[in-house]
Amino acid sequence: MATASAVSTVPRPDLSSAAAPPALEASGVSFFYGERQALKEVSFSIARGEIFGFLGPNGGGKTTLFKVLSTLVPCQQGIIRMLGRDLIRDKAAIQRRMGVVFQHPSVDDKLTVRENLEHHGHLYGLRGARLRQRSRAMLDRLGLAERAGDLVQTLSGGLRRRTELAKALLHQPELLLLDEPSTGLDPGARREFNDYLAHLRRADGVSIVLTTHYMEEAERCDRIAIMHEGRMVAMAPPGELKDRIGGDVVVVRSVGEAGALMDRIRAATGLEAALVDGTIRIERQRGHELVRDLVESFGSDIESVSFGKPTLEDVFVHLTGRRFFAAAAQE
Amino acid sequence: MLLQIYTLWKREVVRFCRQRSRVTGAFLQPLVFWALLGVGFNASFRPAGTPSTVSYAEYFYPGVIALVLLFTAIFATISTIDDRHQGFLQGVLVAPITRTTVVMSQALGGTTLALVQGIIFLALAPIAGVRLSASAVLATIAVMGLVAFALTNLGLIIAWRIESTQGFHAIMNLILLPIWMLSGAFFPAAGAPGWLAWVMRVNPMTYGMSALRQSLYLAHPQAVGTLPNLAFSTLLTLAFAAAAYLGAVRVASHAVAA
Repeated sequence: MATASAVSTVPRPDLSSAAAPPALEASGVSFFYGERQALKEVSFSIARGEIFGFLGPNGGGKTTLFKVLSTLVPCQQGIIRMLGRDLIRDKAAIQRRMGVVFQHPSVDDKLTVRENLEHHGHLYGLRGARLRQRSRAMLDRLGLAERAGDLVQTLSGGLRRRTELAKALLHQPELLLLDEPSTGLDPGARREFNDYLAHLRRADGVSIVLTTHYMEEAERCDRIAIMHEGRMVAMAPPGELKDRIGGDVVVVRSVGEAGALMDRIRAATGLEAALVDGTIRIERQRGHELVRDLVESFGSDIESVSFGKPTLEDVFVHLTGRRFFAAAAQE
Repeated sequence: MLLQIYTLWKREVVRFCRQRSRVTGAFLQPLVFWALLGVGFNASFRPAGTPSTVSYAEYFYPGVIALVLLFTAIFATISTIDDRHQGFLQGVLVAPITRTTVVMSQALGGTTLALVQGIIFLALAPIAGVRLSASAVLATIAVMGLVAFALTNLGLIIAWRIESTQGFHAIMNLILLPIWMLSGAFFPAAGAPGWLAWVMRVNPMTYGMSALRQSLYLAHPQAVGTLPNLAFSTLLTLAFAAAAYLGAVRVASHAVAA
């Protein structure tokens, strides 16, 4: 399937010199948990200064990919190069230049914000005046200065997340890797967090690679890769992916048996239709006209009908034939 | 590397001090054990192979010190399991630090905590009827450090291998507690039936217990009864500690945060 077919042609942000190797390159990466294959021949290339998202339902393989990239688990098959170095051979050198934000908190909540930063700095060889200066800079930038002496367990979810980020950025990484960074944040805090990531890329040229199952978060990436059942089924800027769907998406809920109604719609209109989780789904230019026609012809059989511009969820359905959250539930 | 060891060690210590329940739990539980079992058995049991001047409560006292060390090691183990999957250790695992260093820091952290509690317990020696000399105190502290290091690493071998704290209780009851019970902490090998005496002889903790008992009674060795020679016991405990550390490093190096 389409691991290689989805290379983007849209210009990517290029904040570094042309000679610099890509932030992250992977080719043919596979991963097995015993018999079960969690990643199937995944390949991609991420430019310096890019914000790149792996979008997919839970169980799609993106968390496994995160574990491999962050060096939590060894790369079993395939080649990964980060910032021009081989992930297996130059592991320590890469670890020094990479910042990682985990889905579950990795800050110690029995320690204060400042203590967490200190320990982290020590692990990366920062100490003394240099450590204090970096620590102060991060506390100021992330608006944590006033809470620096408080135990992490007394902070709100949003502030804890910022502490995670302060920690991951303390040693000035060139590449930031985030696993489901906005899980557990309310929409306001999530927007704020994503604003900060965008700022970080702009101001410092940090390359950002994240996994997400939030459509809004994926929308804000320069490019996304859609993961499904361990494979990468598409890779492109979000807008381009949505453009691949012809026009609007019309979704019909039927009163009776959906399959029968779908066959009748197909016969009457000559359009391609698909059955997705009990709803009939049609991709079509000028969707509002189709809605009118459908209601006129099949009004009594239709419980509801809707149409809209394609979302990334529609892209997912288009590519996999399954609804995003239904796919997650089956894993 | 020293900076990394220092920072991880410091974290273990600071964390522990901020968790009151852990402090009291690791200290009070053995104290209650000693009070109930020691006093309760006092009238009924006379430990075999020890002079008649030694009561059961006194015999049991060094055993309870070992139990304090064991409990601290167990707590270090439990916190490592959680830490690996959704805590501080995740960040440590992706940092430029070797597993050898991580395990050494954890072991030293656990040993420090155990040692502090062991020393507090040592202050109760007069109540147990043990008269300590200055050299006995120093020797005991050194042996406690060695035993604590061995037990913490034994705990870490388990912590780096299993995936959840749920499975831990079975392992604790099947491995860690029997190692303590069959070390001479609870009853002497002298009175045990032949097969059990053999089990006790191959239990590495027996020699830690033996070294601990003999260093406590450094000034009047006649009170300990028949035990393996002190130098021999200490040497074997050293070997036990080294083997447990290497084992923990090995398991930690192969462990993945799955």
